[in-house]
Amino acid sequence: MNGATGPGAALAAAGVTIRPAGPDDAVAGVTPRWVAFPETTREIAAVMRVSAAHDLAVVVAGAGTTLHWGRPPERCDMLIDTCRLNEILEHEAGDLVVRVQAGVPVETLAEALAAKRQELALDPPLEGGTVGGLLAAGLAGPRALRYGTARDLLIGITVVLADGTIAKAGGKVVKNVAGYDLGKLFTGSYGTLGVIADATFRLHPLPTARAWVVWPGAAPDEVLAVVPAVTASQAEPSAVELDRPAPDGPCAVAVLVEGAAAAERAQAVRDLLGEKARVADEPPRWWGRLPEPGHPGPGPSSEPGGRPGEGGVLVEIRTVPSRLPGLFAGALARTDAAVRGSLASAVLRVALPAETDPAAAAALVSALRAELADAGRVVVLSAPEPVARRVDTWGHVGGLALMRRIKDRFDPDRRMSPGRFVGGI
Amino acid sequence: MSDAVLDRLAVRFAELLPAGAVITDPVRLRTYECDGLTLHRAMPGIVVLPETAEQVAAVVRLCGEYDVPFVARGSGTGLSGGALPRTDGVLIVTSRMRRILEIDMPNRRAVVEPGVTNLAITEAVREQGYYYAPDPSSQQVCSIGGNVAENAGGAHCLKYGFTVNHILGLEIVTPDGEIVELSALDPGYDLLGAFVGSEGTLGIATKITVRLSRAPEAVTTLLAAFGSIEGGGAAVSAIIAAGIVPAAIEMMDALAVEAAEAAVGCAYPEGAGAVLIVELDGPRAEVEHQFTAVERICRETGAFEIRVAASTEERAAIWKGRKSAFAAVGRISPAYIVQDGVVPRTALPEVLAGIDRLQEEYGIRVANVFHAGDGNLHPLVLFDDAAPGEGERAATVSGRILDLCIEHGGSITGEHGVGVDKSRYMPKMFTEEDLDTMQLVRCAFDPRSLSNPGKVFPTPRLCGEVPGVRKGVHPLVESGRAEQF
Repeated sequence: MNGATGPGAALAAAGVTIRPAGPDDAVAGVTPRWVAFPETTREIAAVMRVSAAHDLAVVVAGAGTTLHWGRPPERCDMLIDTCRLNEILEHEAGDLVVRVQAGVPVETLAEALAAKRQELALDPPLEGGTVGGLLAAGLAGPRALRYGTARDLLIGITVVLADGTIAKAGGKVVKNVAGYDLGKLFTGSYGTLGVIADATFRLHPLPTARAWVVWPGAAPDEVLAVVPAVTASQAEPSAVELDRPAPDGPCAVAVLVEGAAAAERAQAVRDLLGEKARVADEPPRWWGRLPEPGHPGPGPSSEPGGRPGEGGVLVEIRTVPSRLPGLFAGALARTDAAVRGSLASAVLRVALPAETDPAAAAALVSALRAELADAGRVVVLSAPEPVARRVDTWGHVGGLALMRRIKDRFDPDRRMSPGRFVGGI
Repeated sequence: MSDAVLDRLAVRFAELLPAGAVITDPVRLRTYECDGLTLHRAMPGIVVLPETAEQVAAVVRLCGEYDVPFVARGSGTGLSGGALPRTDGVLIVTSRMRRILEIDMPNRRAVVEPGVTNLAITEAVREQGYYYAPDPSSQQVCSIGGNVAENAGGAHCLKYGFTVNHILGLEIVTPDGEIVELSALDPGYDLLGAFVGSEGTLGIATKITVRLSRAPEAVTTLLAAFGSIEGGGAAVSAIIAAGIVPAAIEMMDALAVEAAEAAVGCAYPEGAGAVLIVELDGPRAEVEHQFTAVERICRETGAFEIRVAASTEERAAIWKGRKSAFAAVGRISPAYIVQDGVVPRTALPEVLAGIDRLQEEYGIRVANVFHAGDGNLHPLVLFDDAAPGEGERAATVSGRILDLCIEHGGSITGEHGVGVDKSRYMPKMFTEEDLDTMQLVRCAFDPRSLSNPGKVFPTPRLCGEVPGVRKGVHPLVESGRAEQF
């Protein structure tokens, strides 16, 4: 399979590190033929040109934390592993801007920025991911309420298209309206438009202090009754998060405030939440992490080599705050699922254990969609195949016809992560 | 486009639009011949004033049927000629689509038609303690539809971001004449993000859902006068280095101050080489902390006078000079060009020195007004249009300022857009491959290039045209200067 005239030889001739793939390289059950390790944007382009010449389907992987999300690829010949694209290319602290290669781990970047008392204000709910993976999956965390999501902080991008074209958009200044914002299209595109080579972000100064106001042991309806006042508070919380481990037990709410006057502002939030709430200088254990489904016996997250939540069903709900009480009193009250998420931005994630009856999981997704109708979206981020077969992964997608036309233009031969995304894109 | 085709089209429009919504009278058409960039003028073939999305869609479909280009226009305040009409085309004006359709306070959002003015949204929710954050200087008259097309900014976008960060949903009419709903809730490609700032080339927004922001508990505005622009620049750098993100940091040089004084009598401190306006907002305790630091930094970097607004009136007085600056230079110069370039903040001193050299070299005065916090310069290039050759020299200086911005890793436009004015600079900032890739988006939305053609991109390829053999990496990328675009 890796003969003297094949893709392997062509890539070796271009100086790109490549090895034959094995079962451990499988993407959602689909095993590629090769794994390539480009070190530069030009090497990505070389991989893409060879892949184009040999009609190879390409999937890109960072650390693999969300590689099992979305639908399995229809085919996958070439896996591009970005681990050697690991350079922080430019960090001009005075400009509050950083340019990084896609394979840089989020934590590594955070450490480098913290040394200059700065941060990329994204807090993805999974540890160990890369910058490119975070962008491709469009992951957001609690502080999206204050800072926006990856698409709001991305100011420039370099991508390599399916035919090997290197293109960039945006730049390294925050304020810039020259040309189309390709970064927006690539953020959350699940690798279906091309390969993200590097990204430039707007940074924020690290807050001088942080405080959490934590209210454990509350009932969902109690919490939801006071959340609107907290969200609207001029104490300006950076995040308002909920953890509901199980439907019959209590839930916890935690509110983050950041800034020199964090302690004072936390007190103002506590006054709104009531005296059961406490001010803490550390987040609760569950803060900013995906929900962990309760289940008997060892779960998928504790399997050696397993990734958090892998094997289980993970669903994301995006809606508006006014629909949350109905959801918690309705479909969410009738499921064993663990729920975590952002009450102020109305983004919740719901987790069911791997052993959940597929019919029950599908019924939950349907019930959530029925309850929200036009006022929200319910997306199945990951699910074992028996569940995935029974549900519509993406649900309603506005503008799908336009999305297909964009895909056709960027990747006319459907070789970039084919079938993984909305509408089978 | 022959007049006969436009005549037939006007008849068809009249059949589907309300009375008085189709304009073909040359005298009335002239009203629409330019936007805020008056340098470029073109008489539109036909002007239509639709009242609903369905009417916009019907107009667009008819344009497609007759293969006639169309341009959308809101209030016509844009400064890059984005709404410059086509003599052979139709101008779709949204001024009759002015309803605020819904205000949803529990979910902090409002749904409005594109002709609603930016400020009208804030006025509708101010009593409840909310506002719409992006605040372009023209906010009293500019339309939200135009803001979406241009991804409008404003003085406060340093802290709060641009239009694109505050749009939660759009109903658009595609260049095919289809009505499509885009929501920030939707999975899939971020079409909302791609559409905002596309300058009318991907369709027309007919309904806009905006985020409403909670008004801050406290606002403090401070004016600091420095002997030189370098002093003001040092203060800006020190404020950022102290980890403070003010709501706005604005700077004006001596010439801009002189103009503002002549125009509105803003009574800024005499003898200032630079005036800095810093606005801090947020929770009161936070603002107090930051104010103490900012005041100290200004003194340490050589401010000789500091004023603090103690009331809304005093704040307005401080802002008055800044907000009037563009128009004010009309008092000290017969004509001027408003430029809109961006540089990394750390490159500001070098770029300002470069602008000084250009002034000397060409004998042209430049008044500098800028959003110093994000490196967005608005140099006002002054000239006398009656003096032979001066207009050309001013245009050269204006263009060379953009070259300076590009050389220092900046952008040719921070908030005014590319429009018709700057499309020729796009190849200086982007490679052919970059522009071809952007064109893929255009072709996906508008393969026939009927929606605002001739804007943003310099002579784009036709959508069926296959680009030539790739030459691989751009020479600038190869030499390691990719970030220099």
